[in-house]
Amino acid sequence: MKGYKIIVLAKQVPDTRNVGKDAMKADGTVNRAALPAIFNPEDLNALEQALRIKDNFPGTTITVLTMGPGRAAEIIREGLFRGADDGILLTDRAFAGSDTLATSYAIAQTLKKHGAYDIIIAGRQAIDGDTAQVGPQVAEKLGLPQITYVEEVQSISKGMVTVKRRLERGVEVVKCPVPLVITVNSSAPDCRARNAKLIMKYKHAKTISEMQEANEDYLHLYSDRPYLNIKEWTVQDIEVDHNELGLTGSPTKVKKIENVVLQSKGAKVITSSDEDMDQLMRELIENHTIG
Amino acid sequence: MNSVFVYCEIEDGQVAEVSLELLTKGRSLATELKCQLEAVAIGYKLDGIEKDIFSYGVDVLHIADDKRLAPYSTLPHNSIVVKLFQEEKPQVALMGASSVGRDLGPRVSSALHSGLTADCTSLVIGDHEDKKLDKVYTDLLYQIRPAFGGNIIATIINPDCRPQMATVREGVMKKEILDPKYKGKVNKLDVSKYVNDTDFVVEMIERHMEKSKVNIKGAGIIVAGGYGVGSKENFNLLFELAEVLGGEVGASRAAVDSGYVDHDRQVGQTGTTVRPKLYIACGISGQIQHRAGMEESAQIIAINTDPEAPINSIADYVITGDVAVILPKMIKYYKANTK
Repeated sequence: MKGYKIIVLAKQVPDTRNVGKDAMKADGTVNRAALPAIFNPEDLNALEQALRIKDNFPGTTITVLTMGPGRAAEIIREGLFRGADDGILLTDRAFAGSDTLATSYAIAQTLKKHGAYDIIIAGRQAIDGDTAQVGPQVAEKLGLPQITYVEEVQSISKGMVTVKRRLERGVEVVKCPVPLVITVNSSAPDCRARNAKLIMKYKHAKTISEMQEANEDYLHLYSDRPYLNIKEWTVQDIEVDHNELGLTGSPTKVKKIENVVLQSKGAKVITSSDEDMDQLMRELIENHTIG
Repeated sequence: MNSVFVYCEIEDGQVAEVSLELLTKGRSLATELKCQLEAVAIGYKLDGIEKDIFSYGVDVLHIADDKRLAPYSTLPHNSIVVKLFQEEKPQVALMGASSVGRDLGPRVSSALHSGLTADCTSLVIGDHEDKKLDKVYTDLLYQIRPAFGGNIIATIINPDCRPQMATVREGVMKKEILDPKYKGKVNKLDVSKYVNDTDFVVEMIERHMEKSKVNIKGAGIIVAGGYGVGSKENFNLLFELAEVLGGEVGASRAAVDSGYVDHDRQVGQTGTTVRPKLYIACGISGQIQHRAGMEESAQIIAINTDPEAPINSIADYVITGDVAVILPKMIKYYKANTK
């Protein structure tokens, strides 16, 4: 066996975890500029599982596949800096407004076009939507078995993958032959840091759109060193039914978005003084909330 | 009219709490839509399971009973639900947002090309006018959930595709028996017609399930901490106060993600929904996902260094200050006043 062909599905997401006050504008809308774009955390857990398989099985290749705007090429470079072999950026205006189903269709069609894969690994869910849907939806469209909530790929032997799943109420160990789809939890080990040598090697890796904006002095690099070319695919590069894409291909529609406007219900404001604390505890005991 | 359908999750031969909660919600939706409530139970040795289910107002219960169907495995359950939905054509389908429902739901929606909204906090029937198409849709399922880091609340609809699918976390809907004598019909499925041998390609080697050690859902008093608590060590103060008051410790997602406490203590949209008589929020800013899981608490005390924290707007008492100073005082004066 000459290693495994692994695809890591990754997403660039706004960092919604520690949203500060400047994340909302005065008019109550989301200030996207205040939220940094990051590699979706659980997709990094997924990448680490892929890298461990590569550590154990020489000849394994890892391709990072992401769908998003041009700047999402950043997370492909982040993958290359950590040990991925190449990447595909799937980007097209036709994908705008995709819900999870239209997204999984585009990704599944890309994987069909790309062909060879043994293991498709994704994070369980992305922090901007928390739906955990795209992994299983891709698996269904490719007719592959899925194993979700994975904490560890324990072993692979003759194409049979054994994994540990961390569920809400327990743990399962299951095995399944390749090809399959795996989604990885945040309880899995963190992704390794970027490797200095790989940063040197891949820092100029670019998609064709990025090359067009690059300094001309560097352009010779991309013919001399083909590994610096990040594949950039549009709908032209995959076979699609346009009715399945973007808003049109999305069964779910957003009917209404409400900004969260908080109206105080008139709380009692008290200090941390001994008098106030004493009074508070008396009040709670008297009205039988505690005690 | 096409039915409302609930996938009943089976744990150790019992219907899961979240499924009973969804049957309750499903019954009220079906009554409003003037249609039947159907359910499906998939597992092994399910004799008599209908007794637990009919009282929630289920009109038809489909049962797939086979040794190979327990414990839950994605592919065979998916095959059964997909074929059953193709036959029964429900207009609405509900599943728990549990590790089972979140594994199965997207797979089913992908096979049927139907929309699925995850982790809904509210489900309501309503109409929709599409001005572009000059078309009015009546009696759609509004699937309501916080989105984008909790800064917005989105109402999602599936105008054209059926079933309209949604998952809901345990504790979000209230469980209530409709009528202990309610009589539904059992439809035993011929399992061999619904599954293929290739559905059993995933093999279970080990399985350890445990009852949750922590019961924050049932706690009358919850002392919950957020990112602002600052460290795992500082959480000890929360455990002390909870012990003194006879309560449990809860946490925001930020605190769980930071490793201060385990996930089974997480309160909120992606954790547990709680309704205690007292909720003490310590160092929790109060994003909507968190508030969605605790705002029905009878009394809320918010302790935060930030006087503008969103949590303050739903609190009954706001204490601006340091958790490390305030909690010991609460313990002290509780003890002093209960002597």
